Amino acid sequence: MMTSQSISRQPAPKRRTHWASRAWSGLVVGLMTFFLINVGLMIASVATNSVAKRWLGTWLPNGWTLEWYSAAWQEFQLGDVLLVTIQVVLSVVVLSILIGVPAAYTLARRNFRGKKLLTGLFLLPLMIPPITYGIPLATLMYELHLAGTLPGVIIANLLPALPFVILVMTPFIEQIDPNLESAARVFGARTFTMFRHVLVPLLAPGILAASLLVLVRTIAMFELTFLTAGADTQTLVVALYYSVFAAGVRASQSIDAMAMVYMIVTLIWLLIAMRFVSPTQLVSRVKEHPQN
Amino acid sequence: MSSQTAGSRWRDPAMWMAAPAVIFMLAVFVYPFIHGLILSFQPLEGGMLSNYIKFFSTDNLWMTIGVTLKLALPATLINILIAVPVAYRLRHKTPYQKIATTILVIPITLGTVLIAEGMLTYFGPKGWFAQILQTLHIYEGAIRLTHNYAGVVISLVISGFPFAFLLILSYITGIDPVLPRAAATLGATPFNQFRYVIFPLILPGLAMAFCLSFVQAFSVFPSAVLLGSPAGATRVISIAAYEAAFENYDYSMASAVAMIMGAVQLGVVVIVLGARNLFYRGPVTGGKG
Repeated sequence: MMTSQSISRQPAPKRRTHWASRAWSGLVVGLMTFFLINVGLMIASVATNSVAKRWLGTWLPNGWTLEWYSAAWQEFQLGDVLLVTIQVVLSVVVLSILIGVPAAYTLARRNFRGKKLLTGLFLLPLMIPPITYGIPLATLMYELHLAGTLPGVIIANLLPALPFVILVMTPFIEQIDPNLESAARVFGARTFTMFRHVLVPLLAPGILAASLLVLVRTIAMFELTFLTAGADTQTLVVALYYSVFAAGVRASQSIDAMAMVYMIVTLIWLLIAMRFVSPTQLVSRVKEHPQN
Repeated sequence: MSSQTAGSRWRDPAMWMAAPAVIFMLAVFVYPFIHGLILSFQPLEGGMLSNYIKFFSTDNLWMTIGVTLKLALPATLINILIAVPVAYRLRHKTPYQKIATTILVIPITLGTVLIAEGMLTYFGPKGWFAQILQTLHIYEGAIRLTHNYAGVVISLVISGFPFAFLLILSYITGIDPVLPRAAATLGATPFNQFRYVIFPLILPGLAMAFCLSFVQAFSVFPSAVLLGSPAGATRVISIAAYEAAFENYDYSMASAVAMIMGAVQLGVVVIVLGARNLFYRGPVTGGKG
């Protein structure tokens, strides 16, 4: 539509920035800086407290020590808690991928009556708070004597993870050229052979990204574990919550040491996830246009 | 492939691949939900509706709906209203964008407990925040930002903002950059590019981001307990549900509260998504690949 002539007729006002837009962008940057500085100082105060001997109302504590970390390890039976956390998180990641990716394939490649209903079923758990469906689920699990067991905690955590995998993976599968599948079929591959040898390798980056995001979400999932876990099936978040809730029983320094361990563990996984999937591609992908 | 007749669908293995997920959802989501709904009509004492009657006639129960909405709606609005300009500023793919996004994502990893502990230490009466304000003579009085309404809202913003930001950034960068560039060529200022090109295109995304952020803010259970005053100003509906189930062991009442909670939550989602359809009818996303 636009000829080069009409572009060159533009007086080129682009570089002239309005004072209002400069003030606005200053305000946005300022606001963000204020937010980040406060969050940073908040993390710093937890970090400081976790290595403080005593810290009461002064700028800095009166001594430094690392013993809270080893104290926390023993007090919280961190070894056991971490073992439970790893078992729950790994099972949820593996199961949600094994069940979710095939389902995403059906949603991405087939049109059928009731598809909207099915999508709605997978979307609903993400649209209502976990505690809402967690309470009926926990009630049922208590009746079935599943609550407090490791399988119970894994099933509960799988509930929000599975829809998440399906919704992340469906657009990934949609973008793969269906001709590749047709070609595999021409050579006689049945659906499952085709899935294993054609789709899974192509989807590997997406599957990796989805697993890492599920991993981070499950480490952080408080409500469902809280409602279904017993004394020896608590994950790290829930153990931490109980320790703060029963304030006074444990030294705040050792709680803070645990909180730092939690943050570092989650942060490492999130940073790895961000290497594989750009956060800007979470919900929509766009062809990369050259920026000039 | 899509021209198959209905009968042969059942022999299409691709259709069966969704079966495990569907069975799981029916067994772990739909069945317990229906079970809970029926249970809520079987109260420990009284008629079928007595749980619901009790909920709406007991002050410290039905008030929790208002308390929850008063916490969750402002927190969600703040998160979205700050996230939009920040995401708009960071829309171009630059190294600066990558660093800024990474830093903004860090609060996601904090977890409720670290935020609670951090806020109690940092915003507490003798924390660094109070000390800085007093040293700089900005504000001399006592600072009350914990164990009250403000504390919970602040914690919801700290934990919710990064999520809202990532979602909205994702929607904004999903818009074909040719569109705002075309507007710029016609002389539109950045504000007008946003007002007339970007905003209408991300409106559906904003509605979705609002809903997803609202879900997070609506179940404020841990922060309402740790940072608020769980008996008073921040007695949210999830606390009422938890107390019914695990302190009074009245699972029937707890199910009723959970159903009311789900209904209120879905009500807000329906209003927001419905409002989106009122304001804007057009392509759902621009430039999706």
